[in-house]
Amino acid sequence: MSSTAEIMARCQGLFEDLNYSDARAWKAKVPGRKVVGFLPVYVPLEMVHAAGCLPLGIFGGGDQLEVIHGDAYYQSYICRIPRSTIELGVTGRLDFVDGMLFPFVCDVIRNLSGIWKMMFPNVWTKFFDTPQNFDSSIGGTYYVHELQELREGLENLTGRKITDDDLRRSIKLYNENRRLIREVYAFRAREPWRAPTSEVYVIMRAGLMMEVEEHNQILRDYMDAAAREDRPQRDNVRVAIYGSFCEQPPLNLIKSVEMAGCYVVDDDYSLVNRFLTEDVPTDGDPLAALAETYLKHSVETSCKYVPKEEDKGKFHVESVRKSGAEGVIYATPSFCDPALLDRPMIAHRLTEAGIPHINFKYAENSGQMQPIREQAGTFADSLKLWS
Amino acid sequence: MSEAIKEKSMLLQKDMISRNYEAITSKHETGRKVASTFVPGNLNELLMCFDIVNNLPEINAIQNGMRKVSGNYILEAEKHGHSEDVCTYVKADIGMMGKGNIAPNGKPFPNPDVLLLSYTGCYTFMKWFELLREQYKCPTLMLHVPYEGDGHSTKNMRDYIVKQLKEVVIPGLEQVSGVKFDIDRLRQYLKNSAKAEDGLVWCLEQGKIKPSPIDAYFGGVYYIGPMFTAFRGTPESIVYYEELMKEVQARIDNKLGPVTPDGTPFNDQKYRLVVEGPPNWTNFREFWKMFYDEGAVVVASSYTKVGGMYDLGFRHDPDHPLETLADYCLGCYTNRNLPTRVDILAKYVEEYEADGLLINSIKSCNSFSAGQLMIMKEVEKRTGKPGAFIESDLVDPRYFSAANIKNRLESYFQMIEQKRRGTGKAA
Ligand code: SF4
Ligand code: SF4
Repeated sequence: MSSTAEIMARCQGLFEDLNYSDARAWKAKVPGRKVVGFLPVYVPLEMVHAAGCLPLGIFGGGDQLEVIHGDAYYQSYICRIPRSTIELGVTGRLDFVDGMLFPFVCDVIRNLSGIWKMMFPNVWTKFFDTPQNFDSSIGGTYYVHELQELREGLENLTGRKITDDDLRRSIKLYNENRRLIREVYAFRAREPWRAPTSEVYVIMRAGLMMEVEEHNQILRDYMDAAAREDRPQRDNVRVAIYGSFCEQPPLNLIKSVEMAGCYVVDDDYSLVNRFLTEDVPTDGDPLAALAETYLKHSVETSCKYVPKEEDKGKFHVESVRKSGAEGVIYATPSFCDPALLDRPMIAHRLTEAGIPHINFKYAENSGQMQPIREQAGTFADSLKLWS
Repeated sequence: MSEAIKEKSMLLQKDMISRNYEAITSKHETGRKVASTFVPGNLNELLMCFDIVNNLPEINAIQNGMRKVSGNYILEAEKHGHSEDVCTYVKADIGMMGKGNIAPNGKPFPNPDVLLLSYTGCYTFMKWFELLREQYKCPTLMLHVPYEGDGHSTKNMRDYIVKQLKEVVIPGLEQVSGVKFDIDRLRQYLKNSAKAEDGLVWCLEQGKIKPSPIDAYFGGVYYIGPMFTAFRGTPESIVYYEELMKEVQARIDNKLGPVTPDGTPFNDQKYRLVVEGPPNWTNFREFWKMFYDEGAVVVASSYTKVGGMYDLGFRHDPDHPLETLADYCLGCYTNRNLPTRVDILAKYVEEYEADGLLINSIKSCNSFSAGQLMIMKEVEKRTGKPGAFIESDLVDPRYFSAANIKNRLESYFQMIEQKRRGTGKAA
């Protein structure tokens, strides 16, 4: 039986490794294997898995990568993630990656897909679009075709067909993955001192760099180990962090928020692994099943249109209630249009619901944590006072 | 720009714009319905089928920029929690509401009856209209236009748009307006559009002539006005382009350049540029002057294509009314992927015999700006012509640094000179 320390050692190693040694080793193990990178926020990982490829989460360079070349591609008023992703590319760290998926997130990621096409013409590069019309017969029909196009792209890459049964098998594994992730999140919300976010986050990130089967086992082991271990409960407040769905904060930021007296009981970090909130049906047409689940059972995030005004921010309010958070930290990357344009609307809804909130901005390579610690600390104090 | 010398076409356009503002602000008296919608991918012909007046928040932001009031509106929006990092068109619009929502004709803007969110080529549109919807609580019709990630549109994308038009947009507009959709009416408007589009393309292509009888960026902003805003599909827009064509032809006949805001023809053209990116509006005249003072004329630009790339051959097609609207939306400049934008700009540099590509990078606008440095490098590589990069903002006066831009332009023109001398020697 593994301890949390052992699990964390494995996950931390993966999370920190910007040479992606594990994914390289995975690829080298069997001739012909392909690795397909993907950027935040959502792509159907089961499709990549069904193609026999390793889906590899590329979440920028974090705070450990010195960006030298990437800055020559982006003006100062654009967020960090595209430039550090380019840095990963031009320094050869992604030279084993055979395909790259750029999802529907914002204009920056969208345009980055074109840059990738020009810079790495030998990599299969695809902008993956998800519908903003949520009617099955309109957005659903469109999406099924887009999924079919993705399927064909992957088939071309690997030279082998993806059957419906392949897909169903993968969907099952990812359903299991999502279920376990929901359990970990629920466990953390119940007993956050046993499952601090600085750990949960790393496990989730590492999970997007390994085979899903292994991640499923890690999630089970972690819950067992964390439940067994005796960890002191502190007088912390419970907060949810939203706005961090794309460029990720440095791990130190998460630790700083915790050290400032906050248990993070909900978040939208690396959202891809729980973007779909319910199981994808494994009977019937798998593409239709994926489409329908996306349309009807996926999270609200700034990268998705909310068709009804009254529903805007509802997801956040409900998640706050469900996780028992006492307040919200809306933490966004600097220059992140989707998150920052959403911020006032989400803030209004939180206020209406009587949920206290603060906001701040970060960059993936933010080094100075003092101001964040102070802000989070003051927020924690005020939450204690109000409650 | 009120003090600028106006040509007849400009006066015509001014009149069209003020009549449209009148139509918007008098909605309570006339009972007409008003839609807010965006420039790229706008469905003016369709709105006309429902007698709906078209109000474009981007154009209002531009107007406010030119009238130098946008700065205050932006501050107002920031005061209410809008980030300093986001698109200033949005903040100028939201801030204007906070300050009484007064239209350029001095009368208050009425609340829109419908928000037609034509999601084309820019992500911010979606958030912008979610923000407006929060304010106005009016029906919002979303038309999602997929991005041409692989450099071309597909049947699936087109079908998706047509289906949204049929099942969401048209029924929604019928409901708001109480007018039944008549496809023949749409065909007639589309026919008008195609005719006006011919006129626009002819004018823009005269930039190939030396000296160029047009400025395809600063002057081009006026040329595209009727086509990109509330007038595409109207008989007035055809008349406008007929007039404009006459003016351009007269300049060609007399070997004259475009008329600058000072009222003089700009004939001494030393440098021919292709420009990528929107202009700055708060200091528009000063910005333009920096170019013609140095003898630089813009012969082609990408900004004049945000509302449709007619020069690449697209025309609204009355025989396929809904499909043509889909194709139009798909083909707007910022809905095309980066490699395609490079192709287009490199082609402009070559076909218009330009000295190089100048990029005006807009702090606000990720849709245009994210990737422009790569675009510049690629176009330089392909054409062998030097590129240059300047930075400003659309309507936020805080980000217009005249001295900086002037310096950069001067160095750029020196670079072009050097290049010419170098090529001269080599030849
Ligand atoms: S951080 Fe925000 S602006 Fe930057 S790429 Fe991600 S979603 Fe886009
Ligand atoms: S981001 Fe650019 S294209 Fe989008 S609304 Fe703002 S200025 Fe227009």
